[in-house]
Amino acid sequence: MRLIKCEKITGVVERMVIDANHYLPYDIFNCMKDAADKETTKKPKTILYKILENHKIAKKGTYPLCQDTGIAVVFLEVGNETATDGDIYKAVNKGVEAGYSKGFLRKSMADPLTRENTGTNTPAIIHTKLVKGPHIKISLMTKGAGAENKSALKMLNPSDGIEGIKKFVIETVKKAGASACPPFVIGIGIGGNMETCALLAKKSLMRELDDYNKSDKNAAKLENELFKEINRLNIGPLGFGGDTTALGVKIETKPCHIASLPVAVNIQCHSSRHKTFTI
Amino acid sequence: MEEKIIHIKVPADRSVIEKLKAGDRVLISGSMLTGRDAAHKRLFELIQQGKPLPVEISGQFIYYVGPTPPKPGEIIGSAGPTTSGRMDAYAPALMEKGLLGMIGKGARDEKVKKAMMDFKAVYFAAIGGAGALISKRIVSSEVIAYEDLGPEAIRRIEVKDFPAVVINDIYGNDLYEQGRKLYAVK
Repeated sequence: MRLIKCEKITGVVERMVIDANHYLPYDIFNCMKDAADKETTKKPKTILYKILENHKIAKKGTYPLCQDTGIAVVFLEVGNETATDGDIYKAVNKGVEAGYSKGFLRKSMADPLTRENTGTNTPAIIHTKLVKGPHIKISLMTKGAGAENKSALKMLNPSDGIEGIKKFVIETVKKAGASACPPFVIGIGIGGNMETCALLAKKSLMRELDDYNKSDKNAAKLENELFKEINRLNIGPLGFGGDTTALGVKIETKPCHIASLPVAVNIQCHSSRHKTFTI
Repeated sequence: MEEKIIHIKVPADRSVIEKLKAGDRVLISGSMLTGRDAAHKRLFELIQQGKPLPVEISGQFIYYVGPTPPKPGEIIGSAGPTTSGRMDAYAPALMEKGLLGMIGKGARDEKVKKAMMDFKAVYFAAIGGAGALISKRIVSSEVIAYEDLGPEAIRRIEVKDFPAVVINDIYGNDLYEQGRKLYAVK
């Protein structure tokens, strides 16, 4: 059994929260750079270069990438050969609170009914999975509300099929439009039940842009088809029109009830901020 | 196609607004207000009750933003636009009070578009998700109302060459709709 101190987890999360808000992942940056070079007209090209310039300013550490520094979504993979010296959830939340405070990040968590701000950007949204091994893997996403608000879930009928899934995804992306800060990464969960498909959609956004679904060839095919269709919508960078509407489409699937076809579409803005660290 | 850039001084008068067309790129300099969901709700409720507002709205531009806290020695933190659609329920009442400009991101609803034509106000988009870049154009910031709202407080900010694009002009044009059509025929 490997002892991992809660103090260590808190420190790691604190650092991750600050880093995620100042550095875009390389794959996102490079993909936008390629897209900027490929756009054939001035407006979308200019917008993409401005977004890249924003990243260069943010990585100096004074200003976060976006004023919406998000809510902290944390995926924990806890190895069965690890033990912690306290409450792992408290340790994560302590790290989130410290990161948002010390990093001068915006506190955006509020009571849903009174709308009173919790003042600490906690509680974090924490998902835990038990795995084999002596490690704890922490994957963190700081997710802004602009794109999250445009996400949607629908319980389709099995008769709706692949076409029905596509129609729902396209409708959701169209509705997201300029408000959700395109170019997007589109995370899609198909199957399971209501909460599982939403979680699959969120989880898929942690994948690298060039990582297609390797365990389900039908899902990989759908990723590719939807990617092309979404980029034909001409929403373009920040909705001003253009060829780049999606940077990637990620799909995760799970078996579902014979009577159901749950689909969740989680929209991620161009500031796709996430990090992974293994202790 | 070389795009011309229009310089706007704020607060402005209506003659400036009348000249703007959807798609125009502008650089805004001068003094404007900031406000988002919670501040709009409070202003709207005061208007409904016929009570005076804590800030002068007439002739002003309002920027929909909730910045990150400034680091020591800095004027403001990251300060990009938030989604304007959430202010749709409140915006017509503010335009009726003389609000001339709104800056945010994303499409507005039909009621807001109609109010922009009726009351002669313009809606601009700033560069969404470029909060660090935009902060460089803000030269001063002061909370002037609703300090208890934290990032949602109303600020008066001074800006220099703040970049934005006209989305909706007073003639009923909408850049988001035009943009999609333009690329659709390509």
